[in-house]
Amino acid sequence: MGKTTSTIPFNGSAEQEAKLMEVIAEHKSDKGALMPILQQAQEIYGYLPIEVQEIIAKEMDIPLEKIYGVVTFYSQFSLNPKGKYTISVCLGTACYVKGSGDIFNKLSEILGIKGGETTPDGKFSLVDCRCIGACGLAPVLTVNEDVYGRLTVDDVADILAKYTD
Amino acid sequence: MYRSHVLVCGGTGCTSSGSQKIIDTLHEEIDKNGLSSEVQVVKTGCFGLCALGPIMIIYPEGTFYSMVKPEDIPEIVEEHLLKGRIVSRLVYKETVTENGIKSLNDTNFYKKQHRVALRNCGVINPENIEEYIGTGGYEALGKVLTEMTPEEVIQVVLDSGLRGRGGAGFPTGRKWMLARNIVPDADQKYVCCNADEGDPGAFMDRSVLEGDPHVVLEAMAIAGYAIGANQGYIYVRAEYPIAVKRLQIAIDQAREYGLLGKDIFGTGFDFDIGLRLGAGAFVCGEETALMTSIEGNRGEPRPRPPFPAEKGLFQKPSVLNNVETYANIPQIILNGAEWFASMGTEKSKGTKVFALGGKINNTGLVEVPMGTTLRTVIEEIGGGIPNGKKFKAAQTGGPSGGCIPAEHYDIPIDYDNLISIGSMMGSGGLIVMDEDNCMVDIAKFFLQFTVDESCGKCTPCRVGTKRLYEMLDKITKGTATLEDLDKIEKLCYYIKDNSLCGLGQTAPNPVLSTLRYFKDEYIAHVVDKKCPAGVCKSLLQYYIDADKCRGCTLCARQCPANAIEGTVKNPHVIDPDKCIKCGACIEKCKFGAIFKK
Repeated sequence: MGKTTSTIPFNGSAEQEAKLMEVIAEHKSDKGALMPILQQAQEIYGYLPIEVQEIIAKEMDIPLEKIYGVVTFYSQFSLNPKGKYTISVCLGTACYVKGSGDIFNKLSEILGIKGGETTPDGKFSLVDCRCIGACGLAPVLTVNEDVYGRLTVDDVADILAKYTD
Repeated sequence: MYRSHVLVCGGTGCTSSGSQKIIDTLHEEIDKNGLSSEVQVVKTGCFGLCALGPIMIIYPEGTFYSMVKPEDIPEIVEEHLLKGRIVSRLVYKETVTENGIKSLNDTNFYKKQHRVALRNCGVINPENIEEYIGTGGYEALGKVLTEMTPEEVIQVVLDSGLRGRGGAGFPTGRKWMLARNIVPDADQKYVCCNADEGDPGAFMDRSVLEGDPHVVLEAMAIAGYAIGANQGYIYVRAEYPIAVKRLQIAIDQAREYGLLGKDIFGTGFDFDIGLRLGAGAFVCGEETALMTSIEGNRGEPRPRPPFPAEKGLFQKPSVLNNVETYANIPQIILNGAEWFASMGTEKSKGTKVFALGGKINNTGLVEVPMGTTLRTVIEEIGGGIPNGKKFKAAQTGGPSGGCIPAEHYDIPIDYDNLISIGSMMGSGGLIVMDEDNCMVDIAKFFLQFTVDESCGKCTPCRVGTKRLYEMLDKITKGTATLEDLDKIEKLCYYIKDNSLCGLGQTAPNPVLSTLRYFKDEYIAHVVDKKCPAGVCKSLLQYYIDADKCRGCTLCARQCPANAIEGTVKNPHVIDPDKCIKCGACIEKCKFGAIFKK
């Protein structure tokens, strides 16, 4: 899956750690608690750096290598911080047959990054996703929570222009 | 009492096209016109016609407004709701006839549909348990707990002929019977729901969860009673935030009403349900992988036997069914096995929900009796293929399925027929492709998917799919030989025979089915080095239409390889030996003179 540890220094706050501790305390006794805890930890920190995994390992008494194994297995978990705006281009079948591959390539070309990468200014991350279920609007992409449908390659630049801050 | 109800679709498709904004504007305008005590706005689940979203129906007239924009709302409220005059310019065109507006159920899209699993979708407010109860919800659970033994419940499900809607089509009643009987003295059993709908282009389960979440809870409780379990888990994709939210609301409400929890209906039966979110791994749709994931591990499949009925979740006997399977259960209990078995074909009973997508006019969700032909689904219900293009193939079963060519357009769709023609039912994604889609490219697309999603546990799948992908890539680049085609076929069967779980065992299907029906396209790529559909970039040649070219020299200046020659005001020519096929010239040409073939 090609994941590596983050090169960006970790700077979690005490507040974040307190929140994480709360989450762990709440779920610790549940069966199969690791996944929900990791999901909420990612919500707190925005990603799951090794430092966060270490806290979870210690608190839950689970070996770090097992936690790392779980984190790297699921595509939703990220070892690197995401950009301010995550652009997900749907490469599900319905979107693909309607040309979403070209849209993905165009974005990659304009932003100068490949799938899974973030622009050096930390503004955009580009990812491909597998079907958000809005096949009626194919081809579709999302920027954070905003959905853009029925796209053509020419729409891409206009969409990016909306995110100037 | 309200005199009018405005139903607005709040499914993912319509939400993405802005239905929440429609609802907000409706509320504002209704308030402004002093109608809030007379008109109720209801946010429902999916109506099915996603292509026309956002969708809105006004009752009692049953007027179907499609592609509604916020700026249309003042007119609709003032004209329709206040003055009682239908705004005909916004009405779904199919319903407009010479003699006025016809019922939605008489339109081509709905006429041949038969809604069992989707019966409440687009009808009730999914966030209100009372609306579900109002349409007969939780009656089946009451009947089961007070009038039937677990054995009788299982017998009814067996007799109905219901088969798993997740893909493989295993008889649901048999699954339940095994889970009930195989370990007679088990201290704990589990009921699981597979809502990890991972097939790209499939959104049936999402629509049920978003439009009618209680039906799944009720059916799981029934399954719990039947097999002797008191705990259930729903494993749902995190990519479906609306479904997750509505499921959580539904679980909370059911607990509040005593329909989940301790001593349900005062019968002493306890049953509760927990929600578990997936984290983006396709393999977790496989039953043992799903259970491993709920346990908090890497979602890798386990070898079977032991089957989950014996050792499933947390090593306890477990039953796992798909969302749509569950959605049929309460109706089967209430209407009887015979009613259900009266629909469908000999070995595939009931109905099936399909998500229509790709090159089709009415993209959306349809539910038809098993045995309906592909032609009916695509031509009549789906409204055919846009832009007068020709049908080439329909893909069913997602990355595990295959492509069905035009020669099988009239085959009745059921589990066994689809397998016999090299595809499979799968969960119900049905993607239509036209003459502009390259079948080798589609096969490569699916292989890329399985390469990404293979969990890596077993070698035939991990390495085999990768090698298969590389060979397909060679074909689309024009560097493959006929010998490679034979190798591909051999490798396909090797992967099928030797992989640990369903993902690997079915991964070669897209390749095998396209090889079977579209071999001429493969040959065209390999021998003639041409992509007949004009998709595979490396095989295309760029040309300049001499009649259209004005000799502006823009393309020649743009070309990074200096492959374009010509003088001012004279037609230019592309040198195929120098051309790197980057497409920069096409983008720059203002006269549409450059094309690829």
